[in-house]
Amino acid sequence: MNNATLTADAAETKTTDSQLARPVIVLDHIHKIYRMGDVEVHALRGISLTIREGEFVAIMGASGSGKSTTMNIIGCLDRPSRGLYTLDGVDVSQMSKDERADIRNRKIGFVFQGFNLLSRTSATENVELPMLYAGLPAPERQARASKALKAVGLAGREQNHPNQLSGGQQQRVAIARALVNQPSLILADEPTGNLDSRTSVEVMEIFQRLNDEQGITLVLVTHENDIAEYAKRVIVFKDGKINRDYPITERRSAAEELRNWPTAVEDDDD
Amino acid sequence: MNFLITFKVAFRALARNKMRSALTMLGIIIGVAAVIAMVSVGQGAQASIQDQIASMGTNMLMVGAGSMNMGGVRSGTGTTNTNTLTVDDIEAIKRECPSVAMATPSVRAGSQIIFGNQNWNTSLQGVNEEWPKIRKWLVQSGEFFNESDIRTANRVVVLGQTIVDNLFPGVDPVGQTIRVRELPFRVIGVMAKRGQDSGGRDQDDIMFAPYTTVQKKLLSITHIQFSYISAISPAATYTAEQQITDLLRQRHKLGPNQENDFFVRNMTDVAETADETNRIMTILLGSIASVSLMVGGIGIMNIMLVSVTERTREIGIRMAIGARSSAVRTQFLIESIVLSVFGGFLGILIGVLLSVLIPKLLGWPTLVSITSIVGSVLFSAAVGIFFGYYPARKAAGLDPIEALRYE
Ligand SMILES: Nc1ncnc2c1ncn2[C@@H]1O[C@H](COP(=O)(O)OP(=O)(O)OP(=O)(O)O)[C@@H](O)[C@H]1O
Ligand SMILES: [Mg+2]
Repeated sequence: MNNATLTADAAETKTTDSQLARPVIVLDHIHKIYRMGDVEVHALRGISLTIREGEFVAIMGASGSGKSTTMNIIGCLDRPSRGLYTLDGVDVSQMSKDERADIRNRKIGFVFQGFNLLSRTSATENVELPMLYAGLPAPERQARASKALKAVGLAGREQNHPNQLSGGQQQRVAIARALVNQPSLILADEPTGNLDSRTSVEVMEIFQRLNDEQGITLVLVTHENDIAEYAKRVIVFKDGKINRDYPITERRSAAEELRNWPTAVEDDDD
Repeated sequence: MNFLITFKVAFRALARNKMRSALTMLGIIIGVAAVIAMVSVGQGAQASIQDQIASMGTNMLMVGAGSMNMGGVRSGTGTTNTNTLTVDDIEAIKRECPSVAMATPSVRAGSQIIFGNQNWNTSLQGVNEEWPKIRKWLVQSGEFFNESDIRTANRVVVLGQTIVDNLFPGVDPVGQTIRVRELPFRVIGVMAKRGQDSGGRDQDDIMFAPYTTVQKKLLSITHIQFSYISAISPAATYTAEQQITDLLRQRHKLGPNQENDFFVRNMTDVAETADETNRIMTILLGSIASVSLMVGGIGIMNIMLVSVTERTREIGIRMAIGARSSAVRTQFLIESIVLSVFGGFLGILIGVLLSVLIPKLLGWPTLVSITSIVGSVLFSAAVGIFFGYYPARKAAGLDPIEALRYE
């Protein structure tokens, strides 16, 4: 536990450029224990970390190391078994179910590996969904939805259903949906896990743009080192603890790579 | 989140799966249509019988010759050869029963009548001059016979509409002479049209003559078959019945162990029995149909439960992007209410349509009652809430993470 605190402190000293920014996420000795009958699974064993406004964090680590569990807690979908989580200065552990639903609706945008769009529902209606729950009037919903779809490069595809869109396009609809309520935080759990390399870079380009231009805080989980290099900071999990936490020194620019993408060459690597 | 938006969400969800929505509604549609059609058949029968009884006059009693055995062996048919009832009996009833206002003897003879070169088979009923008042059946043209026609056994007749329609097309029958069993009769009037009775028999295929004429000139008898009696008020029918029974038993010198050689029928009784029978039939039809409505409701619950499981991921997505559990619960509840109420409305349309078609196709009278319509709407809404609540609660209780992970 002491160890974890030290790691978190170390992380803060390293990210000097964001030291002045306001902390958005503060995890303090977070534990998560799953009970399955008599067996207890200790998924998180004391996670402490601070993520400040405008950061772009990639979380990495082996399968089962607790990345998704942490993301669920940060995203207010789940509650820690022990420890303190403050989001924008508010203690989430004290919040009711409904308050957490409202936080998810207004402050957080989710992007999932499996896209998680509503089937047999047009792109526009999918993007409108969070605004529906926020209680926005129809004209504003439509205006914002088409703006968000345009921002992710899907103008003209508003009426397509998910099964009429490619994986990359579906993920962009999901990003539009995550953006549309103007959240301060976007959480993406393996957003490029189901995409080929070119489409992955396209998605990362959108994320970098959101981070650079709008200052949205981004946390994404990935298994791929080259995806993590688009972020500004990497946190590596191991067995429910933070193993390493370091800044990216030579950050990749997705926009630049796309401009120089070799068009003649086959897209998929491996 | 406001109700209107939840409604919109629910509606979109239903529209996304039109086939399933339609099939789910089918149960309710059939149930409601069945309730409305069945109840309308029951109430139509009830109304038509009530109409008929009311048109006969609710203060009417009928006395017949012969007995009404419980086993119905000699059911009081008042045949010509049962000679237990006489004109004197009727005179005595008029004279001595305080609850009786009017009474007429009645004898019937089936006969062929001839006018010009045409003939017609009908029946001739012999009554006295009080008949139109007792049966509340007026003369339409001409006049009914009077007391002196009775006294002198005049050969005069008053015709029913059916006879007029068949024997006198385009001719005014009043003043014409017809032949009944070879005897000439003068037509002095025509009765108003009555239409069919509950058994579908034509009530206008009949003619009336003084009972004395029928007794002496056609049947050669001195007894009578029936008597139609009017009590002083509908409420007095029971006392009238008692007074008549007592008087006739005394006049016929029946001992305490002898059964009646006559029968008295009280129209109020007949009305009540018919009413009760019909009410039971309506309830029975209604309950059978309600069972199908119940089955429809269970169908909705079934589909909604399947739907919750099938849409677990959708529920997870909604919760992840900020739907409160109450919003999810309301959505599913509204979905099932919309299904059942919309199904209910379609059911009403079909039920009313059936109620309009049944009289045309099957010849049964129907009466669509507002009660059954309002009842089915309320019932189907209740079905939606009742059978939708459990699946809705199940949906709202899902854990967003588990739901998102559901395949
Ligand atoms: N609902 C649950 N019930 C029981 N155990 C769970 C549950 N969710 C996660 N775990 C366990 O917690 C641990 C961490 O899981 P988690 O999903 O956070 O891993 P991860 O780092 O996201 O892995 P991956 O890279 O494969 O997605 C694992 O051992 C997993 O088995
Ligand atoms: Mg994971």
